[in-house]
Amino acid sequence: MTPDLMEEGARRAEVHAARKQVEGKTESGGRAAGFSRIATPGEVDVTHGRILYLEDVSVSFDGFKAINKLSLDIAPGELRCIIGPNGAGKTTMMDIITGKTRPDEGTVFFGSTIDLLRYKEAEIAQLGIGRKFQKPTVFEHLTVFENLELALKTDKGVKASMLFRLDSAMSDKLAAMLHTIHLADSITRLAGNLSHGQKQWLEIGMLLMQDPKLLLLDEPVAGMTDEETARTAELFLSLKGKHSLMVVEHDMSFINTISDIVTVLCDGSVLAQGSLAQVQADERVIEVYLGR
Amino acid sequence: MTEAVSLPQRPAVLTRKGWSAFIVALLVVCALAPLLNLVVPQDSAFHLSDYAVGLLGKIMCYAIVALAIDLIWGYTGILSLGHGVFFALGGYVMGMYLMRQIGRDGNYKSDLPDFMVFLDWKELPWHWALSDSFVATLFLIVAVPGFVAFVFGYFAFRSRIKGVYFSIITQAMTFAAMLLFFRNETGFGGNNGFTDFKRIMGITIATPSMRMVLFVLTGLALLGFYLFGRWLVASKFGRVLQAIRDAETRVMFSGYSPLPYKLTIWVISAIMCGVAGALYVPQVGIINPSEMSPANSIEMAIWAAVGGRATLIGPIIGAFIVNGAKSWLTVSAPEYWLYFLGALFIGVTLFLPNGVVGLVRKLRGKGEAS
Repeated sequence: MTPDLMEEGARRAEVHAARKQVEGKTESGGRAAGFSRIATPGEVDVTHGRILYLEDVSVSFDGFKAINKLSLDIAPGELRCIIGPNGAGKTTMMDIITGKTRPDEGTVFFGSTIDLLRYKEAEIAQLGIGRKFQKPTVFEHLTVFENLELALKTDKGVKASMLFRLDSAMSDKLAAMLHTIHLADSITRLAGNLSHGQKQWLEIGMLLMQDPKLLLLDEPVAGMTDEETARTAELFLSLKGKHSLMVVEHDMSFINTISDIVTVLCDGSVLAQGSLAQVQADERVIEVYLGR
Repeated sequence: MTEAVSLPQRPAVLTRKGWSAFIVALLVVCALAPLLNLVVPQDSAFHLSDYAVGLLGKIMCYAIVALAIDLIWGYTGILSLGHGVFFALGGYVMGMYLMRQIGRDGNYKSDLPDFMVFLDWKELPWHWALSDSFVATLFLIVAVPGFVAFVFGYFAFRSRIKGVYFSIITQAMTFAAMLLFFRNETGFGGNNGFTDFKRIMGITIATPSMRMVLFVLTGLALLGFYLFGRWLVASKFGRVLQAIRDAETRVMFSGYSPLPYKLTIWVISAIMCGVAGALYVPQVGIINPSEMSPANSIEMAIWAAVGGRATLIGPIIGAFIVNGAKSWLTVSAPEYWLYFLGALFIGVTLFLPNGVVGLVRKLRGKGEAS
């Protein structure tokens, strides 16, 4: 190795270190986007400032285009609300993201490196995408505690489940979650005996136990009392920043409380996007969804 | 930090009361029954007749099957109407060994089993190669039903076949297997199957003490499988199974892949049936393709339903109730047995969705409340 090369190397290292200092708080958390960065399998790469990309996604059922050239992206830590008339493709979009439905064409990426179309439902859940269904789905014959315990982020193989034992860190996490979702006094109740609103909360709790990076929530406050809705809004606002959330709702006052950016879907593609006030003023949105 | 919550402990395999009952059952099987049968004189009121030993031994085999069905149906929600195949496969493996144990004592005084001589076969077919070894037989009793279940289950579960479609396919499987075993050229004795067993491990099979040994082994297998089943359902694995039964999509979106879970319990269940079949054959002295008839497999599901699904103890009770009634009714009023079975199934479905165990629990719950 010649002296020039060593000098050259030292100079480059200096420049690199200096650049690292300058680049402070960016959306990507200060990490340099660039070539030759190592992509770790299974790790979500958000250096480009987007945690979810959908591009030109289309899917049709028996000739009916449920999703039509849909393009949408979500930033890390964002809370995005999706509204739209019935049949706009909101649930189908979530089906595509979570691997339940395969699109006919288009690309779906989680971060910059993970092509979601190559994974199955369970794998997508383990990558860090949690989903709440429109109708609350909990394990009715298991207790509240067991429901949360099953959702807990851990090795989910057969052997690991047979030998599973709750350690103290997990217990703390479970206990904290029971408080967060206001079910601490119903630990041993069967989930099937909970009220509708409590089931919704339990399901949200189960999602959070998985420690997801992106949460897809399909009508999370449907059937909740006003008080429960207010508490849910509070919870979501506290999650914002730590997790990315995509919320499908019809409850406008709820959206008003939590939303930054609202996306309006119609006929399987994005009709309008902006703050709630902006989209509410949009002529086309009024036409198809809000009504005059 | 939030105030402490007392989280429930991992459920015990058995409660204290459960353990005492278990030990009592163990003593009854291993000590009391042999004592009453072999030591107490025949004219005593306490004597356990050979007929009763045979019948109870047979029913205990059925109870193992009911237990296996409870794991796959009661806990995982997958109704199999083809478990007779696994039972019969275990039985056939044992039957092949017992046929070879006859040696030259058959009607034709040949090295080959009688039915092969009758078919004019000159040598043993390839799939009989291991039938002379008892150790290999023990291995195959587990491996054959396990392997068949694995292949069938893998393709069925991977294709996400569920509910009634799965049940129908299992019926088709057992029917197809029955037709296959009926044929002479498959080398399983055709419609006569295997019978006229003489010895097991060189010991004469038809002696009271040998019968007792088989009875005790069956009892131990039943109790062992019960304990194993308890352990399974008390683990997180068991709760995942119940979760699959209640909301499979939620299980997937919680990060569990249902396929390995379903496949594991399906294979475990099949192996249990295989072991039951292997214990059954030397006790009843015959195995033939009718064990694989679709009706047999349906009856097995009825045992579990009558006793109470997802309770483990229920199906064992159910197997005893239904088969006890069967052995009594087929003697006293044979023409009514099938009507009785049908009525029982309808009655249980309509009025006792949780079976006998559910009824007892309900009555006890009411008693405590008042």
